Amino acid sequence: MSRIQRRAVLAAAAGAATFGAAPARRARAQANTIKIGVMNDQSGPYRDIGGPNGVILAQIAAQEFGNNRGFNVEVVSADHQNRPDVGANIARQWYDQGVDMILDVPTSSVGLAVNSVAREKNKVYINVGAATADLTGPQCSPNTAHWVYDTYMLAKSTGGAMVRAGGDSWFFITADYAFGHALERDTSTFVRSNGGRVMGSVRYPFPATSDFSAFLVQAQASRAKVIGFANAGADTINCIKQAAEFGITRRGTKLAALLMFIADVHALGLESAQGLVMTESFYWDLDDRTRAFSRRVQPRLNNRAMPNMVTAGNYSGTLHYLKAVADMGVAASKASGIETMNRMKRLPVEDEAFGRGTLREDGRMLIPSYLFEVKTPAESRGPWDYLKLLQTTPADEAWRPLSEGNCPLIRS
Amino acid sequence: MAAPGGFSGTDFRNEEAYFLGFTQAQVIAFVLLIALLAIGPFFLYPVFLMKLLCFALFACAFNLLIGYVGLLSFGHAAYFGMGGYITGYTAKMWGLPPELSILLGGAVGAALGLVIGWIAIRRQGIYFAMITLAFAQMVYFFCVQARFTGGEDGIQSIPRGHFLGIVDLSRDMNMYWLTAGVFVVGFLLIHRIVHSPFGMVLKSIRENEPRATSLGYRTDDYKLMAFVLSAGLAGVAGGLKSLVFGIATLTDVFWTMSGEVVLMSLVGGLGTIFGPFVGAAVIITMQNYLAEFGAWVTVIQGVIFVLCVLAFRRGLVGEIGNWLRVRL
Amino acid sequence: MDEIFGIPAPLLFGQLLLGLINGAFYALLSLGLAVIFGMLNVINFAHGAQFMMGAFAAWMLLEYAGLNYWWALLLAPLLVGAFGVILERTMIARLYKLDHLYGLLLTFGLGLIIEGVFRNQYGSSGLPYRIPPQLSGAWDLGFMFMPVYRGWVVAVAAVMCLATWLVIEKTKIGSYLRASTENAALVQAFGINVPRLMTLTYGAGVALAAFAGVLAAPIYSVNPQMGSNLIIIVFAVVVIGGMGSILGSVITGFGLGIIEGLTKVFYPEASSTVIFVVMAIVLLARPAGLFGRA
Repeated sequence: MSRIQRRAVLAAAAGAATFGAAPARRARAQANTIKIGVMNDQSGPYRDIGGPNGVILAQIAAQEFGNNRGFNVEVVSADHQNRPDVGANIARQWYDQGVDMILDVPTSSVGLAVNSVAREKNKVYINVGAATADLTGPQCSPNTAHWVYDTYMLAKSTGGAMVRAGGDSWFFITADYAFGHALERDTSTFVRSNGGRVMGSVRYPFPATSDFSAFLVQAQASRAKVIGFANAGADTINCIKQAAEFGITRRGTKLAALLMFIADVHALGLESAQGLVMTESFYWDLDDRTRAFSRRVQPRLNNRAMPNMVTAGNYSGTLHYLKAVADMGVAASKASGIETMNRMKRLPVEDEAFGRGTLREDGRMLIPSYLFEVKTPAESRGPWDYLKLLQTTPADEAWRPLSEGNCPLIRS
Repeated sequence: MAAPGGFSGTDFRNEEAYFLGFTQAQVIAFVLLIALLAIGPFFLYPVFLMKLLCFALFACAFNLLIGYVGLLSFGHAAYFGMGGYITGYTAKMWGLPPELSILLGGAVGAALGLVIGWIAIRRQGIYFAMITLAFAQMVYFFCVQARFTGGEDGIQSIPRGHFLGIVDLSRDMNMYWLTAGVFVVGFLLIHRIVHSPFGMVLKSIRENEPRATSLGYRTDDYKLMAFVLSAGLAGVAGGLKSLVFGIATLTDVFWTMSGEVVLMSLVGGLGTIFGPFVGAAVIITMQNYLAEFGAWVTVIQGVIFVLCVLAFRRGLVGEIGNWLRVRL
Repeated sequence: MDEIFGIPAPLLFGQLLLGLINGAFYALLSLGLAVIFGMLNVINFAHGAQFMMGAFAAWMLLEYAGLNYWWALLLAPLLVGAFGVILERTMIARLYKLDHLYGLLLTFGLGLIIEGVFRNQYGSSGLPYRIPPQLSGAWDLGFMFMPVYRGWVVAVAAVMCLATWLVIEKTKIGSYLRASTENAALVQAFGINVPRLMTLTYGAGVALAAFAGVLAAPIYSVNPQMGSNLIIIVFAVVVIGGMGSILGSVITGFGLGIIEGLTKVFYPEASSTVIFVVMAIVLLARPAGLFGRA
């Protein structure tokens, strides 16, 4: 265990001892302390996307914000193990026991489960890690903000731009669960609306599949120009690895990972991942601002990983939330999650990681999205130099329009 | 001495029933348990206690099978999870009152148990464990595919409703009393079953099935009956859990859940009346306190498994009982 | 004859071949399980974790010692096998006199520990491991594009299965093994060190799992969960083949790989469940499995 990691564990332990997930009923939290609960996957497939580094970046944001504004900030963390029941349980307990804001929550099913608890308890919930666009759609809530990405934005950027670049016939390999279906459906829509065709798709059992060769061969037999992977995490990695093995990219077929993070590229290695197309809203090497931010925080992260879209999103979300709290006062903020969220929507978002953004009425954060291609080993100058920018979609075009989201909060 | 090949607890002489089939020591333990249940929510977080009780009931149901019939089911998650889905669905979509939706959850669990049990009880030992696992995987597949379960999102925002139309269960304390009540009823029911003539036959099957057969008992019928009862109670526990948390998910049908209930019973003591409760309490408390430590929870659970198998095969309650020379 | 059941014939052949390759992994893994069960009467639930350890050992040998794939193929099974020997001596050996189910529970716990430790140490997004240069590339079979490495996997797995079968059926040590499965006390009375034989058997079974792990490292992501995804399926294979039957597990392994491959064409959503359906049917018709003795 690295020193930082050990410290994080100790901090978490101290948090647990003082209140945290301890079942003892100590509901009276200190009136002058804002508590932030980072809930994510600390042990499963998405650990390297948010995980311990996501917690550390929330802590960095809290420290940088400073404790000299009349209130203290405390960060605690927990592992939801990608199980919605565990997530809902922790959320309920945290909110009951003095946590003011829950952050991160990757995995769509867990993200949605925490969403309903936050609303029931009238607390603040900033989702960074989950992909489902339903959080600002049919299931939107006045207590919830969705920070850095969603399925709509991924589909629009990857699906749309790919077709324009000539990849006009698609075959999908889809994880057989609601999230995979949503990714496939959204991307197909953009492929078709840009004049492309969908040649077919195959749905494989999730999470019990590790050999994708059969599906890759079916995809290839369809003669589609692009194979879209509507899945996530280890499944995507296995797909890409096996696609390289079967020489699919060498024969000119393009691979599009509909949900992929730079941490996955790091795990795959450029040898297998080169040429892959993916969308993110943050990349450490985007400009001077992101480089400065990343170089500053990198030494404090586990395995000296570069911040990615989700961990940087934790930083950004924490900072903006604390600004709103400082602006309206601790007591008022603790009294109502909705009011705090309204304040967050009124204040402009600005930080080192993402630059400027706005928080829309339905809880959607609006920032630009970027389409990247993974570099070849020859192009890369070293670790974490993995992506080259293909296309930028500006903030006002990247996201699903307010009118199409079916969010009950929006009266049209 | 444990019977060869069996999972029995320690046998003691001096077994006269003291009260309602309980021995004196069991009465004391039971009073203690009721006292804990009564004062618990004033010191501990009620939702945590409710979770604990749901799992305790689940473990008791499982223990009925392994502890008293000697059948290791590795697929009990199927009944637990299915019960949860049925209760959640009927409460949310049909607007059924909680008491009815829980009963329905139990009924569906029992029906599923009837079908799977009918096939599984023809096999013994490891084959029994494997075939129950296989069927549980099929139930899991069904739950992933079926529309009404909501796939990996599960059934969310399940209303707790009003018990008997009057008690508002959305208040945690009310829900707690209902959960505690259901647990105690389930607990006493299992105790009653175990100490009935029916239970005696079950135990004789556990000890020596050929002999039970030779005495003229249709052992398959008895085993199936126990299987159905166990599955039904697991379904009730699952239904209760989905009301407590307002969510029913695939986790509860997955095979790791079957492993977890084995762990709880093992830690508490297989074939002891109070063991499953203690085991569930230990495991759930541990999961709660250690949630921050991520993957270490898995490691610690593994270590407990190993320690229990190597050193404490009687489980906590079994060891205490052995030490006090009483049956608990 | 371009199409069979509405599926283009070349595609179908391709899928059968791929099914056969997956079957090779099932066969290798279930072989190790069958050897252990036949001899020790222990259901080795840690088998998936040991498979994963094999893949990680290959990665570590490359990363820390600079030893390539071919060395890993030799060393990783030895290292992980030695680890298995330690487990057997310190823990599993204590359970032989008890109900078999305790062995299952113990190894289940061991599996959790191993997987958790690796997850803490190496995270879970997986580590890269390259196909050795000698085996990279692919053959064009006309109906499909066949990576050389996959062909190698099938060939090696088949050889390994055959070798294990030969050792057990045709050698002296194999005959001791078979004899002590029947009656350990009698074999012991003949002056053969049965406990040591059991230790070696467990070590060998674990080494087979690790060997499969090394074979899998270049094609699957090397991650801590890679074994737990597979283990349940492999259990089903062993049960269908007949617990403890070497031949049964090998034939069933390859056979189920093919059945699974076909399911991936006709009803892909069910491809992970079809094996359990087969298992239920087989157990109903033949309680001891296809090749087992009741």
